[in-house]
Amino acid sequence: MATPSNNPPLLEVKNLRVEFPTRRGTLLAVDDVSFDIAPGEVLGVVGESGAGKSLTGNAIIGLLEPPGRIAAGEIRLEGRRIDNLPYEEMRKVRGARIGAIFQDPLTSLNPLYSVGRQLVETIQTHLPLSAADARRRALDLLKEVGIPGAETRIDHYPHQFSGGMRQRVVIALALCAGPRLIVADEPTTALDVSIQAQIIALLKGLCREHATAVMLVTHDMGVIAETADRVAVMYAGRIAEIGPVRDVVKQARHPYTKGLMGSIPSLGVRHDRLTQIDGTMPRLTEIPPGCAFNPRCTERGSRCLSERPELMSAGTSRAACWLHDRGGVGAPIVRETADA
Amino acid sequence: MPDCTTDGPIDGLGGGRFVRLTGLKRYFDVSAPWLVRALEGRPRQIVQAVDGIDIEIAKGETFSLVGESGCGKSTVARLVVGLYPPTAGSILFDGNDMARRRSQAETAALRRRMQMIFQDPYASLNPRWRVFDIIAEPIRAFDLSRDKADLEQRVGDLLRQVRLTPADGRKYPHEFSGGQRQRISIARALASEPEFLVCDEPTSALDVSVQAQILNLMVDLQRRLQLTYLFISHNLAVVYHISTRVGVMYLGRLVEVAPTDTLFRRPKHPYTRMLLDTIPDLEMTGRQRAPVAGEVPSPINPPSGCSFHPRCPFANERCKVERPKALPSEGGTVACHAIEEGRLAVEERSYDAGR
Repeated sequence: MATPSNNPPLLEVKNLRVEFPTRRGTLLAVDDVSFDIAPGEVLGVVGESGAGKSLTGNAIIGLLEPPGRIAAGEIRLEGRRIDNLPYEEMRKVRGARIGAIFQDPLTSLNPLYSVGRQLVETIQTHLPLSAADARRRALDLLKEVGIPGAETRIDHYPHQFSGGMRQRVVIALALCAGPRLIVADEPTTALDVSIQAQIIALLKGLCREHATAVMLVTHDMGVIAETADRVAVMYAGRIAEIGPVRDVVKQARHPYTKGLMGSIPSLGVRHDRLTQIDGTMPRLTEIPPGCAFNPRCTERGSRCLSERPELMSAGTSRAACWLHDRGGVGAPIVRETADA
Repeated sequence: MPDCTTDGPIDGLGGGRFVRLTGLKRYFDVSAPWLVRALEGRPRQIVQAVDGIDIEIAKGETFSLVGESGCGKSTVARLVVGLYPPTAGSILFDGNDMARRRSQAETAALRRRMQMIFQDPYASLNPRWRVFDIIAEPIRAFDLSRDKADLEQRVGDLLRQVRLTPADGRKYPHEFSGGQRQRISIARALASEPEFLVCDEPTSALDVSVQAQILNLMVDLQRRLQLTYLFISHNLAVVYHISTRVGVMYLGRLVEVAPTDTLFRRPKHPYTRMLLDTIPDLEMTGRQRAPVAGEVPSPINPPSGCSFHPRCPFANERCKVERPKALPSEGGTVACHAIEEGRLAVEERSYDAGR
């Protein structure tokens, strides 16, 4: 497990805020998010749709879609601030130092160019190589990501590849310039389960070999459990809990994480009912005061309604929950039961 | 109900065959247009989406179909509710052959008893209808309510049954989240008081915490209303949780059918084992997912013999030429030469008990 204290972190995110100005006021989609990624570490970022996990990833690679913007905070890669770089400067960082893998491999490849040409273009943009050398490197990369018959496949077009093979090409593209960090946003969501296992094993193997750190954004706790070193659980734009993956999965500290883990059907024992978290995540326009999770929380107290908890130490993890504060959650609140 | 049973006896209380699919096939013609074929000398292309499957579903049970995309599981769902006519084979519903000609009133009486829940709650609700009208449509179509007050009463009850409020009926679908919309689809499916629900990936589009809510709701409703489910999913953990029996499909054929616990603890067919290997390990036992080589071949030109043989580590010459028959085994069936010949031993699997 990576120990962030010994070596300086590869990526530092501090108090990141992402805003969307709209006609009805400014929406705060990512609210005061801070975390580090150590060199070679795999950080899983998990959460339900709308939790802000993808936006955090996009902010790091500098691909926030306008009108979304970074409103506060800073992002440092290898000590250098990258959140305020001019567009052209950021282009050089993206690809060379940070690779990106997106959910749908078909939309991240250009359908009009052969995969070889796309690889060569990316390689030559970031590395001073001749066309012949770049092609050789492209071929090596395709072999490395396990594409059979790479010598002929290099001249094929994206539509000639299956979904799993396309995602391999996208991984090859992300690895082109030997980045230190890969931001992988739902890399296996569009794939079948058997292919998913192949892609995860590949990504994990390659990153270990190249000592590349990965920020793995996904809603699939299973993928996180077998891939990540540490995991950050996001809820309504904030980190609810962050810690070593084993502790978060087996001994969740935040009531939201507990509920989330309980709601995943388990193969061990067949329960009559799954644990369920009532209600849904609040919309960005309706985030309640205090802890954003309080309307759905089974352990809330009066303090949760008024004071917002910051991340605090809870065992080996850190959780944003008053349960782990000396002051506690305050007076217990009897929940009105919606079910009748 | 004008049920006449000409197709053998039906077990009443003991369950028995409530829904029976026999030799069900559905082919799709995906050829280029006639002129293009004539000019370019291209052959016809037929997708064998469902290629002869036999399933019996007992009353009150949840039968699940699992498989990867393109294996034909959704086509089976659509065949069962009659959204596609079968190319061959028969569907018996409570002893009634669905293909038989019958009067409109008789057809309606049968159709009322089966309903479907679709995968995408964003696409399956009409955005221009109020929720009240969406849920009232089956009641109106089958003429189940006495008057307006009765209709309102029924829709209100249905909304409460899926943990929404009668006041939600005045809203439009876009005002609801994904999970709430799926509740509306369930309320609509229940509106005609069906006995049999076909659920095509009902939770795949939902987040896990919402998925748990919907699965719990489905289990509650099944118990309360004695529903029978045909549940289609690619998520094995969900299938394990909800099913009584499970059928595994590969390229349009059923490779294994077994009671849920038997299937997960003593899987027989190599494809079933492969699928089980791909379930992510949430117990943190250190078990690595075994990545399986290869991908699902195209159903246009399925491999000869056993269609799984190109990916199967136990395949031999016989598997390449002879299509295996489904043979009975431990309360289910398995279609595999290696199992039949005893070349492949049954594997015992255990999963660490609860978190």
